[in-house]
Amino acid sequence: MDQHEDTELTALIKAQAKYYEAPPSLRDRISASLDRAKAADTAPKPSRWAAWRQGWGMGLGFAFGAILAVGIMFFSGMPGQQDRIVAQVIDGHVRSLMVAHLSDVTSSDQHTVKPWFSGKLDFSPPVQDLTAQGFPLVGGRLDYIDERPVAALVYQHRLHTINVFVWPVRANAQTLLDSASRRGMNVTAWKDNGMQFWAVSDLNVKDLQRFSQLLRTQPKR
Amino acid sequence: MTEQIRQFEAAALTHLNAAYNLARWLVRDEHVAQDMVQEAFLRALKYYGSLRGSDMRPWLLSIVRNTCYTWLQSNKRGDEALEFDEDRDSSAYEAAFDRAENNPEALLLHKQESARVNLAIESLPPPFREVLVLRELEDLSYEEIAVVMSIPAGTVMSRLARARAMLRTALLRPLSEE
Repeated sequence: MDQHEDTELTALIKAQAKYYEAPPSLRDRISASLDRAKAADTAPKPSRWAAWRQGWGMGLGFAFGAILAVGIMFFSGMPGQQDRIVAQVIDGHVRSLMVAHLSDVTSSDQHTVKPWFSGKLDFSPPVQDLTAQGFPLVGGRLDYIDERPVAALVYQHRLHTINVFVWPVRANAQTLLDSASRRGMNVTAWKDNGMQFWAVSDLNVKDLQRFSQLLRTQPKR
Repeated sequence: MTEQIRQFEAAALTHLNAAYNLARWLVRDEHVAQDMVQEAFLRALKYYGSLRGSDMRPWLLSIVRNTCYTWLQSNKRGDEALEFDEDRDSSAYEAAFDRAENNPEALLLHKQESARVNLAIESLPPPFREVLVLRELEDLSYEEIAVVMSIPAGTVMSRLARARAMLRTALLRPLSEE
């Protein structure tokens, strides 16, 4: 192979081979996920507020607050308690990904995951494997939401992790919100058989809804 | 730490196109490539502290590349030999290349066909595809490619030579065989 032929081939590749440019949506996606890392990094409320203020500047911070307030009013059906749970399940989800503490019991076998919870919780969460439907079960762990220990079931869809938090419905429970979206995270909630389910993921809304439909319609074990 | 994330974001996003181009060539699917880049960037953030002033681009690309290879290994398709064997993988091409070498005009004949060039590059096993993309499309130096692929610079040169030979062969293959 002489030098000349190499030069020719290089020219051919440079002229003809496709250079794939990143779509603008990818930049946004990455910025959003880095923002989440930032938000999770500045953990407790006051310092997060401080970081926001620092990042956005005072004025922007106020504008943001105003928009948020209007948004909450607009979301008239959503009571404050539900709102708090949404924030908690998203935090739980992000934390599970950040500290590489996704599961205490790692198994795709529902008959391994379900018994693991017994003795750790005062209820037994329904555990289903959805591998055949494209949402393999990865494992389970304990988490703490709404002032009580809850079961967290971990599923995977392509590269997206889905956390499903499960705990019994409170006696005086209000109706659950259907779905919400924060900082690029989607949350969907439902009640079934005395349990409440909160699924959270950075997966798109459509696939997350499909996933929750699957969980609802699968025969319970 | 938050300041560090901001710094990382500003620096890393300037290499977004390079990262995506490499991932897109390696996994050959735009959606998977986007997932790969996002995952790689988050992983890179974790180890950003250990970078300490070395050049960011090859370092970041090596993380993108490793992320892609992990995906390729767990999504192995039947038609793709990923367990890479330098001798086995290149000998078939070399035999064909010996025949092709006597026919220099053939290269020129197909020069116009960009689709054909893309297909030919895509048909190469990942390590060869990768070295071509890094060298010809990203203009990385041998030393930088060595960092990205975690191989000695000497190996980069020989792999690049083989990749070029294989590409020539692939370019000469009639379309009907593909």
